[in-house]
Amino acid sequence: MSAITARIDVAKAEGRAVLVGYLPVGYPTVETSLEAMRVLVEAGCDIVEVGPPYSDPLLDGPVIQHAAATALEHGVRVDDAFRAVNVVAEAGAVAVIMSYANLMLSRGWERFADDLVAAGGAGVITPDLTPDAAPEWIAAARERDVDTIFLSAPSTTRERMKLTADASRGFVYATSLMGVTGERASVGDAAADVVRRTREAGAERVCVGLGVSTGVQAAQVAQYADGVIVGSAFVKALGDGETWRRCAPRSRNSPRASGVRRDPGLDP
Amino acid sequence: MKSLVRLARDYTGRPSIITEVPRFARHAGGARVFLKREDLNHSGSHKINNVLGQALLTKRIGKKRVIAETGAGQHGVATATAAALMDLDCVIYMGEEDTERQALNVARMRLLGAEVIPVATGTRTLRDAINEAFRDWVANVDTTNYVFGTAAGPHPFPAMVRDFQRVISVESREQMLALGGLPDAVLACVGGGSNAIGSFDAYLDDADVRLIGCEAAGDGVETGRHAATLTGGRPGILHGSMSYILQDEEGQTQPSHSISAGLDYPGVGPEHTWLASIGRAEYWPVTDAEAMEAFRLLTRTEGILPAIESSHALAGAIRLGREPGSRGDAAGHAVWPRR
Ligand SMILES: Cc1ncc(COP(=O)(O)O)c(C=O)c1O
Repeated sequence: MSAITARIDVAKAEGRAVLVGYLPVGYPTVETSLEAMRVLVEAGCDIVEVGPPYSDPLLDGPVIQHAAATALEHGVRVDDAFRAVNVVAEAGAVAVIMSYANLMLSRGWERFADDLVAAGGAGVITPDLTPDAAPEWIAAARERDVDTIFLSAPSTTRERMKLTADASRGFVYATSLMGVTGERASVGDAAADVVRRTREAGAERVCVGLGVSTGVQAAQVAQYADGVIVGSAFVKALGDGETWRRCAPRSRNSPRASGVRRDPGLDP
Repeated sequence: MKSLVRLARDYTGRPSIITEVPRFARHAGGARVFLKREDLNHSGSHKINNVLGQALLTKRIGKKRVIAETGAGQHGVATATAAALMDLDCVIYMGEEDTERQALNVARMRLLGAEVIPVATGTRTLRDAINEAFRDWVANVDTTNYVFGTAAGPHPFPAMVRDFQRVISVESREQMLALGGLPDAVLACVGGGSNAIGSFDAYLDDADVRLIGCEAAGDGVETGRHAATLTGGRPGILHGSMSYILQDEEGQTQPSHSISAGLDYPGVGPEHTWLASIGRAEYWPVTDAEAMEAFRLLTRTEGILPAIESSHALAGAIRLGREPGSRGDAAGHAVWPRR
């Protein structure tokens, strides 16, 4: 069993969903982002998604776009993402990478998987790679027991849901809405429906991302999903150094994943 | 299909004519040079061929809003034109730098009722406009169709755009036969590659006809400031397809540079990569300076003002005509001057 499914199943046994935190590596600096990932783990993230910055983040809203552009300006490299994976793993959470496909192709699918394993990572989320276009990646990942995490969305047809569920390991990343990353006022009704349809297509574990930013939203999503993915809200807190400094020490003491236990106390 | 053929005739003004340009050709080693005049299409470029097809599809699937990216502004103008004709809401994304260097086309789009959104991220050019259009599309796909402007991007755009642009070579092949025979070569400029693939397609089985795509070499490929993707790039994934792209060793897209906004793109349609890899088509880098010289020549010798994009193909024609051993007879040139 993969580290990801094991972690999700432990949480399930505890009656909660896993909390998955996303941070781009290198924002505002490499060292601060590594420290922030450590803080996420200490504050109760079960899984941390490490994002190597990419020049054309098609599926990201302004907050993560800005973070990626800043990181690239500072000369952040894909190797820094593997360093971050190592930091997360050492801190005791499960580490995955969320990467645009060209960074993986450029390094080589096999080498990417090798480097991930060497750093102690468990899987890769590929937002711009569909399973039918990814036979090389899937083969490389299977050989090394790296989980392949593909996305399902409100627009995904039944046939493609099945393709996605079959090709995914660890969990399926269900997007709560049609759109790019970023905070939203509320999590729409579409989210529960995508989760239901993804499960019907055969996925055993489904986590929900996009637009989840508050404790209340996280608690809502935890009612029907196996995991709650928070990205832009953390990135924003980090960019605004004040918020981060205020919330970091407090998060350290907060009960593990309190937000996904239906307790809206996660909010900084 | 019937509606498209009717619109092509009664709205676009197809078939577009072929103009022989003998005074210009004197500078091309004496080869005969023919221009396929896509500039005479309604709205001023080949872009309308593709847009009318995609706008009809938009109506057919019941969507009310179209979005598009544009570089030089020609695709934006064509999309705004079709949107006005077919009563669709229209939003055009355009890199901020391009809105400045192509301000006239911004005004045309606005007159046609489109909203033009300048994109200030990244390199502020075509590539960033495409990123932003995709972000809009993924959020509004229920109501909106993305009218992609070139033969690149995710499936099915490369094939669909080729099929809508194929009319260029279907016509020019017949016209050249009527003028006495197939050309030795067909040249076209390559940004994403829609006019080029449309110009090549009907000639693919004519093994004796050379197909030459002219890429924007900016200041020169060796300077690193260029947009010659097939000459200076390597395989990668950008905007949903795998092709050649300009990128660093990590896979980060590199900024492209060209005097011509319509060719200033660090990717290229996947079918061109294929044609290059099997040796069926050649891709030549043409610098800003060479394109400007060809622009000046055509203007002064023939009274035809070409687009700066198309001027890259004209420069290629000059180079081809001067090639040692060039047979120096009919060279059919698919070239799209703009008014
Ligand atoms: C006249 C003209 N030719 C060529 C192009 C480049 O596009 P493509 O390579 O898709 O033909 C443009 C783009 O704006 C254009 O306006």
